[in-house]
Amino acid sequence: MPKIKMPKSSPSIDMTPMVDLAFLLVTFFMLAASFRSSEPVQVTTPSSVSDKIIPSNLIMVTIDKGGRVFFNMTNSEARKEMLTNMSGKYRVGFSKEQMEQFGFMESFGCTMRELPGYISLSSEERGRARTLGIPYDSTNNELKDWISFGNLAALNTGKTLFEEAKLKGDKPDANDFKPKFILRVDSQTLYVNAQKVIDVFRDLNLNNLNFVTSMEMPPKN
Amino acid sequence: MAEIADSGGGGHAKGKKRAKKGSTRVDMTPMVDLAFLLLTFFVLTSTFSKPKVMSLVYPAKVEDDSEVKGPKINNAITFLLSEGKVFYYTGEYYPKSAPGPKGPTQLKESNFGPGDDGVRKILAEGNAYVLSGKQQLKKKLDNKQIQDSVYIKMLTDLQRKDEALKVLIKTDDKATCKNFIDLIDELKIAEIGVIAPVEMMAGELELLKEKLK
Repeated sequence: MPKIKMPKSSPSIDMTPMVDLAFLLVTFFMLAASFRSSEPVQVTTPSSVSDKIIPSNLIMVTIDKGGRVFFNMTNSEARKEMLTNMSGKYRVGFSKEQMEQFGFMESFGCTMRELPGYISLSSEERGRARTLGIPYDSTNNELKDWISFGNLAALNTGKTLFEEAKLKGDKPDANDFKPKFILRVDSQTLYVNAQKVIDVFRDLNLNNLNFVTSMEMPPKN
Repeated sequence: MAEIADSGGGGHAKGKKRAKKGSTRVDMTPMVDLAFLLLTFFVLTSTFSKPKVMSLVYPAKVEDDSEVKGPKINNAITFLLSEGKVFYYTGEYYPKSAPGPKGPTQLKESNFGPGDDGVRKILAEGNAYVLSGKQQLKKKLDNKQIQDSVYIKMLTDLQRKDEALKVLIKTDDKATCKNFIDLIDELKIAEIGVIAPVEMMAGELELLKEKLK
């Protein structure tokens, strides 16, 4: 009986489909991913059933476990305007490069005195730097000034954006261009600490606050 | 695959030295390696769930709270928060020295569980008026009798009525933000419209301390 001859096949497999798939996935993840921003503090937010997504035009105050306060604001133009006002009030000078740099920074939590030095650090060093947080007690309430100048600057830039959108012929909602106030608190933060910050907002007559929360499934009825 | 087949101009091939015919297959292993490396990187670094926000409107500050007395709230529940614990009492606060019709205020303990003494159950019972009203509105909305904007407006009106439950939140100095947000979350589930985080009174603090012992 003749032996059955197996057809000789090449030991190498055609990898083209696999490569196709791999690159498809890479492309998908590249486009869909939003990177974790390098915040100076890690905060585990509490969870809620709320499904409102975080707005884009925001002023965010972060309070970490120990009660240190950090400030962040989107829109680099408004940030620069705010810093100019702050440097005028506290008589702290900033160079042009520092101004530029500040526009692209993330949250910061240091006093006005420390700020020029903090801006000059590289982003890696900033992550390691141990800052004391923005002071917010009644004798030295820098947080209040940050919020009020930040609000003014954000309103100004929001206004110009609103006018531009109007000229384009859209029907923009003025409320979309106003900054929203976001509080990012850690689950373990004592509420009394958060309350002090909330009181700063309320002193400025900003009563509509938003808490950052992670998603939780709503209960089924 | 990567090489272009030289098919044109066959006539010249005779005299020319023929290039050695290599395999048309390219080794794709390094490319696959790279692709998967990138893939792993993106999978690990990306965050998909965008954080959500929960809005809370605080009462506006008045210059002198002691002078201003709000309208009498007849259907209110007060929550007292401490570290991981939640207590509540309904109605007004009556100190021991001046007991109300049912005697002085007693605190009851509750929790965030699904049980009978859980916050969710208490709120659902207390706010049954709004919840049933909301269901009717929802039905109308589903049948397209009312519009979205009308629905939202009617719901807020409903939440502000006298029959709707109002909630006061008081925290001691050990309560964490998690406790607070958990409670607010429950209030949102129960469709409570009037939420007021306020300062704890000395009498209430004493009651809370007794309970925590």
